[in-house]
Amino acid sequence: MSDIAERVKKIVVEHLGVEAAQVKEEAKFIDDLGADSLDTVELVMAFEEEFGIEIPDDAAEKIQTVGDAIGFIKGTAKS
Amino acid sequence: MFDLTGKAALVTGASGGIGGAIARALHKQGATVTLSGTRAEALEELKASLGDRAHVVAARMDDPADIDRLAKEAEAVMAGKLDILVNNAGITRDNLSMRMKDEEWDKVLQVNLTGTFRLTRATMRGMMKRRFGRVINITSIVGVTGNPGQANYAAAKAGLIGMSKSLAQELASRGITVNCLAPGFIATPMTDVLTDDQKKAILGRVPADRLGTPEEIAAGVVYLASDEAAYVTGQTLHINGGMAMI
Repeated sequence: MSDIAERVKKIVVEHLGVEAAQVKEEAKFIDDLGADSLDTVELVMAFEEEFGIEIPDDAAEKIQTVGDAIGFIKGTAKS
Repeated sequence: MFDLTGKAALVTGASGGIGGAIARALHKQGATVTLSGTRAEALEELKASLGDRAHVVAARMDDPADIDRLAKEAEAVMAGKLDILVNNAGITRDNLSMRMKDEEWDKVLQVNLTGTFRLTRATMRGMMKRRFGRVINITSIVGVTGNPGQANYAAAKAGLIGMSKSLAQELASRGITVNCLAPGFIATPMTDVLTDDQKKAILGRVPADRLGTPEEIAAGVVYLASDEAAYVTGQTLHINGGMAMI
């Protein structure tokens, strides 16, 4: 499962152009990592492609931190 | 300038007078084009006259599932990408407002405005990922000036302008421009049905004293689709012989 966390962090680093060290689980995409609202949409799209899942809009709205994203993807992968 | 070699374009309403001219002009500048519309036979004829780099995907703009299929198939036939979307499909159901039926209102809004939004939304994802896109919505002078008997059409065309400005602001940072082009009165099958008296009355309001040609509209589309127009977004380009100066 740590693999999922690593893959999520890699996408965030690549997409937002931030340092890997900044991408902690508690880091908020918008407040801490400088994402705008369109970036968050694009991140969700990138997660969907990377993990072959669908993230519904109401779930996407709740994904505000790196940890939220990892948690959601782990939950989806299990079910 | 305005070289579109390597670009992939989708033109809706390509079986019509203006749509056909737009497709031909984009193709001539080097783009690969997918022609869409409801009349498959006319689209195939146009495709045959263009030769290489032309594809046909017929679709109905009043059917959400068909619009999603169009977006997917257009990308698929053009090596998985779509750079230029020309939303040109449009219909009229003219009637004085007092007599306009709900069906006439709904149909025009559904095809001209809602269909355009759906297709744009369906193609946006790829453009965002590739950090390049040109969305060109063909509106109309009547969307800005109004026209008796066309409350539905004018509302839909005005709606396109507001929609385009919103999309332009959402997408500008991703290298995607969204603009409108507003033709005045252009010589096409849509205006052929006007009586001579109606045409005369219209020309009385056109300083250029003639109808425009589809090619003159297509030239504006080529400009908005080009790399050179990268800094133009959220605008409406009026091509109307001076009929309205806004």
